[in-house]
Formats: sequence, C-alpha cells, structure tokens
Amino acid sequence: MISTIYTLWLREMKKFVRNKSRLVGSMAFPLLFLVVLGTGFSGFFQYRSGVSYAQFIGPGIIGMTLLFSSMFGGLSVLWDRQFGFLKEILVAPVSRVSIMAGKTIGTVTTSMIKGCLLLAALAIAGLVRVDLFGMLAALVFMFVISAAFVALGIAAAALMSDPHGFQLIMNFLIMPVFFLSGALFPLEGIPQWLSILTKINPLTYGIDGMRFALGGPYEFSPVLDLAILMVFSVVATLVGAFLFERMPA
Amino acid sequence: MCRSLLLIGGCPVSAVITIDALVKKFGGVTALNEISLEIEQGELFGLLGPNGAGKTTLISILATILKQTSGTAMVCGRNIEREQAKVRKCIGIVFQDPSLDEDLTGEENLDFHGRLYGLAAAVRLKRIDEVLELVDLKDRKDYLVKTYSGGMRRRLEIARGLMHMPQVLFLDEPTLGLDPQTRRKIWTYIGNLKEVFGTTIILTTHYMDEADQLCSRIAIIDSGRIVALDTPQRLKARLGGELLELEVSPPQEKFADELVAMEGVQDVALENGRILLTVNHGEAIIPRVFQAAQTFGVAITSVSMRKPNLEDVFIELTGKEIRESEVAEPTERMRILMLRRRR
Repeated sequence: MISTIYTLWLREMKKFVRNKSRLVGSMAFPLLFLVVLGTGFSGFFQYRSGVSYAQFIGPGIIGMTLLFSSMFGGLSVLWDRQFGFLKEILVAPVSRVSIMAGKTIGTVTTSMIKGCLLLAALAIAGLVRVDLFGMLAALVFMFVISAAFVALGIAAAALMSDPHGFQLIMNFLIMPVFFLSGALFPLEGIPQWLSILTKINPLTYGIDGMRFALGGPYEFSPVLDLAILMVFSVVATLVGAFLFERMPA
Repeated sequence: MCRSLLLIGGCPVSAVITIDALVKKFGGVTALNEISLEIEQGELFGLLGPNGAGKTTLISILATILKQTSGTAMVCGRNIEREQAKVRKCIGIVFQDPSLDEDLTGEENLDFHGRLYGLAAAVRLKRIDEVLELVDLKDRKDYLVKTYSGGMRRRLEIARGLMHMPQVLFLDEPTLGLDPQTRRKIWTYIGNLKEVFGTTIILTTHYMDEADQLCSRIAIIDSGRIVALDTPQRLKARLGGELLELEVSPPQEKFADELVAMEGVQDVALENGRILLTVNHGEAIIPRVFQAAQTFGVAITSVSMRKPNLEDVFIELTGKEIRESEVAEPTERMRILMLRRRR
C-alpha cells in the first residue's frame, strides 16, 4: 500500500522535475494575472482602507493556481488512459484506492510547490503579511484546496470516456469555480444571485482562508472556512475513489 | 477440470491455464462463446483469428481486467475471479496498444513496474539489467521513451512484462503496426524468452506467418469460438498436398466443374475468378490441367503451386479470408494509422 503510493508519487515528481517548461508555463499565467490585473485595476479599486487590488487578488491568484494545477492533475488520469499507461497501472496487483492515493498525494505535492513559489513571489513583492502562524495556516489551506480539487478531477476523469470531455470540464467546472470564488472581486455588496453562487463554491472558502492567513481582507471565520473545505474535500475524495474503483481499465 | 485428459492418463500438473466454458457478452453481442482450453507449462501458444474474433477479450478476462459473463478459468492454479491479486502477480502482459509512460526513461518505466509488483530494490536492479539485456535495449535505457522507435517500444514492453518473472506472459498482437524487419526481430526475442526463462507464452495475432513461425500450438478463433486447436504442422497437414492456383479465361466456372472429376484433385474452389485446386503430386497434375484446358477451349494465363499455409487452413475452417476482415474494419485501420503516426 505505502510502496504503491510512493511509486505513483515518485512518478509525478519525476515528471514534474523533468518538465521545467510546463512549470514555467504554469507560473507565468498567474504572475501575468497578478501584474496586469493588479496594476490595471488598481485605480478603480476601492475596498477596505489600505488594501490595494494587487494585495486583494494575491491569495486569489494562489487559489487559482492550486485549482488549475490540481484539477489538471486529477484529469491527467485521462491522458494516462489515452496513452495506455493506465492499463499498466490497473493490471498490477495493487488496490485502486492506493493508486488514487498516490496520484492525489503526488499532485497535491506539485500543486503546493507551485503555490509556495507564488507565495514567495507575493512575499518578495510585499503584497502579503509574512509570519510563522500565517505561513503554516496558508500551507494547511493550500493542502486542503489541492486535495479537494484533485479528487474532483479524478472523479470527472473517471466519468469521461475520452479526453474530448476535457474542454467541457474546463468551461463548465474550472472556469466558473474560479470566477465565482471571490478571487478577483470582494464578496461584499454583490447582488443576491451572485452571492448565492459564490457561497456554494468551495474555492470561495479556500481563498477566504488564504486571505486570513496572509493578512488580507477576509470575509468569513477561518474556522468555518477550513471546516467547509475539509468536508468538501472528504466528500470529493470518497466520490472520486468510488468512481475510480469502477472505472473500466 | 481436465476430464478429457484423464482419459489419456491422469491430470497433468503442468496445465498452467485451464479455461472452462468461458462466455463473455457485450450487451447482445457474444464475444466469447463457451471457450474451453488448456495450456501447458512452457508452451508458446497462439490465439489466431481475425480482428473482433475475441482474442483480446479472452486475454483481458484471463488477466482479470475484464469480468466474464459465465464460466471459469484458472491461471497458475488460481481462480481468476476469487484470487485476482495472485493471478496478477503470476502473469505479465503486453497490451495490444502502447502502454508506456513516454515522459519517463526506459529504465524508469521498468523500475516503476518493479515497484508496483513489490520487487525489492536489489532484485529490481538485477532484473532491469537482465530484461534489458534480453531485448537489446541496454544502451538506450536512460533515454526518454518518447525518443524510442516503434520496435524499441515494443521490446521495452516485452521486457517490462517479464520484470517480475511471471509464470505466464500474454502478448496481445505484439507486432501490430511494425515493419517486417522489426517483426522478425521481435520474433527472435519472443523465441528467446521461452529458451532463457521457460516462460509460458500466450500470443494473439492475426498474422498467419507469425503464428506459424512461433507457436508450438495454435487455437484458431472465429466469432468467439475455437474452430481448430492443434500444432501448426498438423493444421496445415489437414489440407494435404499442394495448392494450385490458376488464372483462366472465362468461363472459369464451367472449367472448374470439369476439373472436379480429374484424378488426384481433392478439392476445387473459385476465388475472385481464380481457380484453386487442392491436389496430390501437383507437378504431375499441371500438364494434365493444361491438356484439359486445351480440350475445353479456355486459356490458362497463369499458374502457381505452393504448399498450404495457415491462411488456407483458416479460409477452409471459417470460410473467410483473414486479410479481408483486417481491411474491412475501419476503426482498426485508423488505430493502426494512429499508432504509426505516434511512433
């Protein structure tokens, strides 16, 4: 069990370390967001006193990176199937639960490395508060956000028969989750319909928790944030494991 | 389990695979229709048949990645349903489609496999060395699989299937989409496996020459049934004699009717306007056929004589030409094209 998880984790790590261009690519996009939006909207942005737009979206951009990286990681099961490698894994004398655990831990690791790199960039730019408790809290939130969305990605992949559904997931799951999370705009004073949509979105609580951890303007209680996120994460993992167990080889 | 063999002197302990009335249905379509079969330790066994005959389905069930509709099978003395993990440990499988991680090196692919099958670090290192040696890939082990040619990938997959020293190795269409030269090379490696490790090998193919060249015993499968089971030599001997192939000017049918009565002619068939004769002592019959043609008033434009091959056996048994079904299935053709493009 442990050695299976380690084997799959090791594979994710090897591919991550090897593929530097992919890492650069996945970091360039959030940094572009941060710099362009952070600068472009700074003049319009009026929120709680002393909070610039760049400061506001910083934790949101980390959340975005975790969301994308984790979902893609989960969905990579689809590519493994497309290229046949999934068969090699599924015919081995190991349980599917341990396969999923390995995939999850591997992807969570790579997602968190990206999240931490961004966090370092934000800290260097002076956009977040840096203290020990805050950093630890941020790591906890990053972990739970990532675990939740890897599981969701695996669940989505298990339901799809081929990678063509990938665009569908992108447009109808990943993008709405990102835009409706309060990563880019404050949740205060938005219309009722939008407020409801943001409140049923688990990422909202993840980003709110990150704002708390990093000294940004947060909305809900951090304990509530963490509790909701953890419940969602556990449910997503169970659903993902259930669907993955039934996925044909 | 081995009732039939009891008659000829006891149940052999050497049966490594026993298949008993295996049925697989996909919706309304019967892919396997009561297959029963025994494969002995150390055999190089061929499953031969056109695409869609049920070969891959049978292998998938034996490898426990597909569940049968009814019937049972034992692999390495383990029940494929109740002792899945034990069956998986004792088999190796090379899938019909590519199944390597292209972003890892050859060695890393093998290492990954060894870890999944629970081999200790020292054993893993030793085995990687051994199997790479066997398929001649030692010098390429540190390259990403991405950079491998189609034949090298196939060899690496065969090596990987052997990593955990399986008792049984399944090879599903091991040379599909490869050029003739590479195919011959792969044949050599497969032959070596048996020699070096004594592994029992079950090979599926729709290439007649492949089955003929490699296998000690062949089951011909058509539409989910075993239509013949024997050594390649004995299967060919069934047809007897030689085959004469004639191209004649019309009316071919009437002339064919004429030939039925000729002495030494066992069988006459018409195929795409050509006349196929199964004969004894072909060299003596050819002059007589020419004589008959002259008397009958048709002109023979071409004549050839050859020994029957497995393809002829297949046509005889199933009434179809294996090549036709190969071309007729557009999805299969597309898949082969896709494989080639990727390689």
